[in-house]
Amino acid sequence: MNTNNHYDVIVIGAGPAGLTAGIYLSRARLKTLIVNEGTVGGQMILTHEIANYPGVESISGYQLSSIMKKQATTFGCDIKANTSITKLKLQGDTKSITLDDGMSYTSNAIILSPGGRSRTLHVFGESKFKGRGISYCATCDGDFFTDKEIMVVGGGNSALEEAVSLTKYASKVTIIHQFDHFQAFDHAIEEARQHPKINFIMNSSITAFYGKEKLESVDIRDLKNDTITNFKTDGVFIFIGYVPNTEFLKGKIVLNEWNEIVVNPDMNTDLRGVYAAGDSVAKRYRQITTAIADGTIAALAASDYVHQLKTRNKQLIAN
Amino acid sequence: MLYTNLKHIENAADHAKAISQNENVMVICGRMGPMCIPVYGIAEELEKDYEHVKFFDMEFDNPESHVIRDIPEVRGFMGIPFTIYYKNGKVVKATSSIQTKQQVKTILDEYLTVSVNA
Ligand SMILES: Cc1cc2nc3c(=O)[nH]c(=O)nc-3n(C[C@H](O)[C@H](O)[C@H](O)COP(=O)(O)OP(=O)(O)OC[C@H]3O[C@@H](n4cnc5c(N)ncnc54)[C@H](O)[C@@H]3O)c2cc1C
Repeated sequence: MNTNNHYDVIVIGAGPAGLTAGIYLSRARLKTLIVNEGTVGGQMILTHEIANYPGVESISGYQLSSIMKKQATTFGCDIKANTSITKLKLQGDTKSITLDDGMSYTSNAIILSPGGRSRTLHVFGESKFKGRGISYCATCDGDFFTDKEIMVVGGGNSALEEAVSLTKYASKVTIIHQFDHFQAFDHAIEEARQHPKINFIMNSSITAFYGKEKLESVDIRDLKNDTITNFKTDGVFIFIGYVPNTEFLKGKIVLNEWNEIVVNPDMNTDLRGVYAAGDSVAKRYRQITTAIADGTIAALAASDYVHQLKTRNKQLIAN
Repeated sequence: MLYTNLKHIENAADHAKAISQNENVMVICGRMGPMCIPVYGIAEELEKDYEHVKFFDMEFDNPESHVIRDIPEVRGFMGIPFTIYYKNGKVVKATSSIQTKQQVKTILDEYLTVSVNA
């Protein structure tokens, strides 16, 4: 074991759950490393304005992420961002990870906080037209569609709220949803239904995107009659929910049928010394506040575990 | 105002200077939004590994960003950021919307290589 590359705790994921764990652990003087696949902040980066974080009236996701990152590093936490894990060992007293630069790190405990990501349709043409008519962010790209006819895919709160917000730009917004009813709050459904620029294609899904330089049309399958019709459109915004980033954990720890990590009230997984926190955990509500609460509990439990492990090892050496 | 640690291009003259005085240049033209911030972050990370490339950002809503918004290579782009790669002052590649670190590295390795005489 190379002591330079050994940490008390390694945290996987630098969203609010992982950053909170990093703050608590490094403040408790535990040597802590956070590794993150993307940009530090996770889904917080996707949020233009956070207005429900207690104690702060309004803050951008980017600013809140930067503050959390600064708090963690100020207490001595190491953070490696924009990297990916190529090997992961969770069993036993010494856990280990290898990153894409070939460097390996060991630790006594691991906290898993990989969060979630936008679900994509996974159909023909989707990756080709990303940024050329297909978007996953209304506030970023809405103004490219001024006076254009667009579609919004999805039936949850995000899809309906973003469809209404896109009417500021688009001349017509068509919501495509795979069921005959929506999974959103009543007020969101009502607002979309009442809007003169919004219309609906229910029981349907997009099966292909076509165009030359940019998106020009889509194939829409009517799921009741199993017929496909081609529709002209200038843009499609996709809001079909989130999936947990737990593919790399399959077969290593217990996940439920939705691939969420199963934990006990101390955020302990089925493995000793392996904890989980945030949106990737099996739970009902997913918010920044719930993620930081999970991160706090996981950090305190992991810290307790590491102390017990160290005490036990010292006693073994003494005997 | 872009709150990044990259060098900022403020106007068309800055832009002309940046691409004429440097052999390899990457310019990310965007806003402080969820599709752009990750690309700035990737560029900040890569700066130390790609010393032969100069990394800049430019505000999409700055009227002077017409030097990027109006070039033929971005025709059909409908997602920010517009990221433009220049070699000896000429556009060699342009991408629209968010990119992964691997996608950016692949472009840098293919188009903005170290010149043999450098
Ligand atoms: C558009 C949008 C708006 C929102 N608005 C609000 C709001 O206003 N208020 C609110 O409270 N909540 C809001 N949320 C929800 C909130 O952002 C999430 O609940 C919260 O970010 C979850 O935190 P997390 O740390 O569990 O995961 P995430 O924020 O998803 O962070 C996980 C991190 O782990 C990284 N990662 C993933 N896999 C790996 C891997 N294999 N190895 C290493 N790193 C990995 C990811 O790159 C990411 O950086 C919003 C979410 C979205 C999408």
